[in-house]
Amino acid sequence: MNLLEIHEPGETPMPHASEGSLAVGIDLGTTNSVVAIAREGKPAALHDERGCALVPSVVAYPAAGGVRVGEDARLLLTREPKNVVASIKRLMGRGAADLHAVAGVLPYEVEPGSGQNEMVKLRIGGKARSPVEISAEILKSLRARAEAALDKPVERAVITVPAYFDDAARTATRDAARVAGLEVLRLVNEPTAAALAYGLDKGSEGLYAVYDLGGGTFDFSLLRLEKGVFQVLATGGDTALGGDDFDRAIAERMLAERKRDGIAQPLDEVAVKTTLALARQMKEQLSQREQTSGRLDLAGMPSFHALGRGEFEAMIAPYVKRTIGIARQVLADAGMKAADIQGVVLVGGSTRVPLVRSEVGKAIGKAPLTDIDPDEVVALGAALQAEALTGGSETLLLDVTPLSLGLETMGGLVEKIVPRNTPIPVQLAQEFTTYQDGQDAMAIHVVQGEREMVGDCRSLARFELSGIPPMTAGAARIRVTFAVDADGLLTVSAAERTTGVAQRVEVKPSYGLSQDDMADMLYESLEHAEDDMNRRLLTESQVGGRRALLALDAALAKDGDLLDAEERRALDAARGRLEAAIAGEGRDAIDAAAEALEALCKPFAERRMDRGIREALSGLSVEQLERRVGE
Amino acid sequence: MDHFARLGVPAALDLEPAVLDKAYFALQRQWHPDRFVAKPADERARASAEAAALNDAYRTLKDPLSRAIYLAGLNGVSLPGDGKTIDDPDLLMEAMEAREALHEAATCEAVDLLDARAREDLRNALAGLGAMFLANDKPAIRKALLRLRYLDKFAAEARARRTNLERGDA
Repeated sequence: MNLLEIHEPGETPMPHASEGSLAVGIDLGTTNSVVAIAREGKPAALHDERGCALVPSVVAYPAAGGVRVGEDARLLLTREPKNVVASIKRLMGRGAADLHAVAGVLPYEVEPGSGQNEMVKLRIGGKARSPVEISAEILKSLRARAEAALDKPVERAVITVPAYFDDAARTATRDAARVAGLEVLRLVNEPTAAALAYGLDKGSEGLYAVYDLGGGTFDFSLLRLEKGVFQVLATGGDTALGGDDFDRAIAERMLAERKRDGIAQPLDEVAVKTTLALARQMKEQLSQREQTSGRLDLAGMPSFHALGRGEFEAMIAPYVKRTIGIARQVLADAGMKAADIQGVVLVGGSTRVPLVRSEVGKAIGKAPLTDIDPDEVVALGAALQAEALTGGSETLLLDVTPLSLGLETMGGLVEKIVPRNTPIPVQLAQEFTTYQDGQDAMAIHVVQGEREMVGDCRSLARFELSGIPPMTAGAARIRVTFAVDADGLLTVSAAERTTGVAQRVEVKPSYGLSQDDMADMLYESLEHAEDDMNRRLLTESQVGGRRALLALDAALAKDGDLLDAEERRALDAARGRLEAAIAGEGRDAIDAAAEALEALCKPFAERRMDRGIREALSGLSVEQLERRVGE
Repeated sequence: MDHFARLGVPAALDLEPAVLDKAYFALQRQWHPDRFVAKPADERARASAEAAALNDAYRTLKDPLSRAIYLAGLNGVSLPGDGKTIDDPDLLMEAMEAREALHEAATCEAVDLLDARAREDLRNALAGLGAMFLANDKPAIRKALLRLRYLDKFAAEARARRTNLERGDA
């Protein structure tokens, strides 16, 4: 559509297709996800037609076929539990060895044999699916929501991850975005994003803490805010601690009460999910009132359960205490005291629990900041960062590594190469040597974690540097380099230096996707590609059509007097036809109507151009004209 | 390019934290990868390498002790690797006594006292370094830095012990 658009100097032109796609901020949460967009430094969460910003991070593969995400999927949780998966974030980048950490928490059915040298897979809806592909469904749904709300294609995003996410989980998150057709501009730590949302709104300076207690993860971070620079000083957390634990505590109590009353029965998946759902409701109510009760109906055997806030607080106190202990450790790491903190930002739905608020307030000695919705604050910050990365901004975000990175040395000890809380990007190297005469190879085992023994840390990758020329023990100089990029992703390389033999091996951590996995997943997304493509083309046509209507209306308002009554009637009729076509679902109809309107507009556009030139020239002196031509 | 030159600050033992921060932030504004998201791959790679070098420099110079060790290294004083045995008998004795005291400290207050003393020693020893650098007394610098490194480690251990005690109390 090439309606001539005339702009007054300094006026913002209409958005143009050539601007490319928009960049959004996405909080891909354990329990809920949110997508937001920032324009001119003002972030807003994107709502669905019901006005809800939170998308439950639940994916269903219904027996009837297709994929459902969010509230629609959650409705199937109790009806088709085998086809529904929630809290998938807990398994991002996890192998079989990690499963004990989440076993018993979530009734996942793990695909047998998976997880040995790759990420675990789940059996959902009768099919093996990886956490990456399940997360990708959530991202696709968020992307669709954003495109619907913004009327523009969305292809780029800043996605947040817990600061405590290790390398494998970060890689998995990036892979999921790729499968969902999103280019990740940057992975940003959730607490950093939250501070970004608060800091920019208020122009705060000084030391701030972010206490983030979500459904499944806890993070505590210290940030220094100064003149538009966000510097993360220290961060710490627990990847298996959150509101889900509160729900479980209540659920266990209810089940114990049923047992006591003699109405216990073997629990199946439906029973577990029903009980947890009720527990969650009761928890949420106790944030508002002192007392709550619920009716638990399992297999036609109902029971009633009352719970007071005091009892609830006693049940969850150990979890809250653990978060405070981690917060103290982070403060100690940074060499800071609670009194140095100017403010604490609360993030995550679990910070609505009054006990959490009061304990944080007590530990820090200040009432926490709660102005921004704790469920949306991370996505809002991510949106601001997305705008900063695409549109330019004076804000600078200086992030750190959340966990130490090191190598296994003799006796299963860990030699740390990149200590935690090192600013990123960073490249650090250390030299090692051979311990046997004539040794021609060296095994390199990359680990992540704070513990001294390899067995207590997380294994990221193993590779072998071979082809070392035979030398006496201790003569070879093997330089191992760790490079962490701005997303917190690690690359390790090793080379033998004395002989000048260039030996270099690059590794990417395991548990990311193997090339085969990636190929499979891309192949599967091709199966749906036609639908996706059609939807996309329709949206593009609708967006183009609407833009043409807006441009026409603006032109008519300004220069409508250039048309005679007959021309105006014809134009209005064509306008109506385009409007009707946009409301329908036919891309061809929209394009045809838009083309017809454009043809009709041509004489009008020419007259407007003439008038525009006349106006531009009238009343100007020769010098002014010359100056303008020279501009 | 050494770390001081990279950040454009004087190669001195005493460096105002605010001066260092200012130089670092200004250079990161120029080189941080976030500023190069839309640039060609080679420019992005260059920015990433620059930002990494800046982070390494800042990390090394920010902490007074690590700065002193780095500056000494530029002047030809090298220390044995971390965790190697202490070859100074006076320091060995001091360390053993302090470790024993820390081990016996059963309350947060007792640990705080030891921590405070170690920090006080750390400050005094750091303050004494200036004269040694002026005189370029390499053996004295080396001895002092080894003791400083031990004191720093001890303060960290005291903090860890305090955290454990607090957790036990709670």
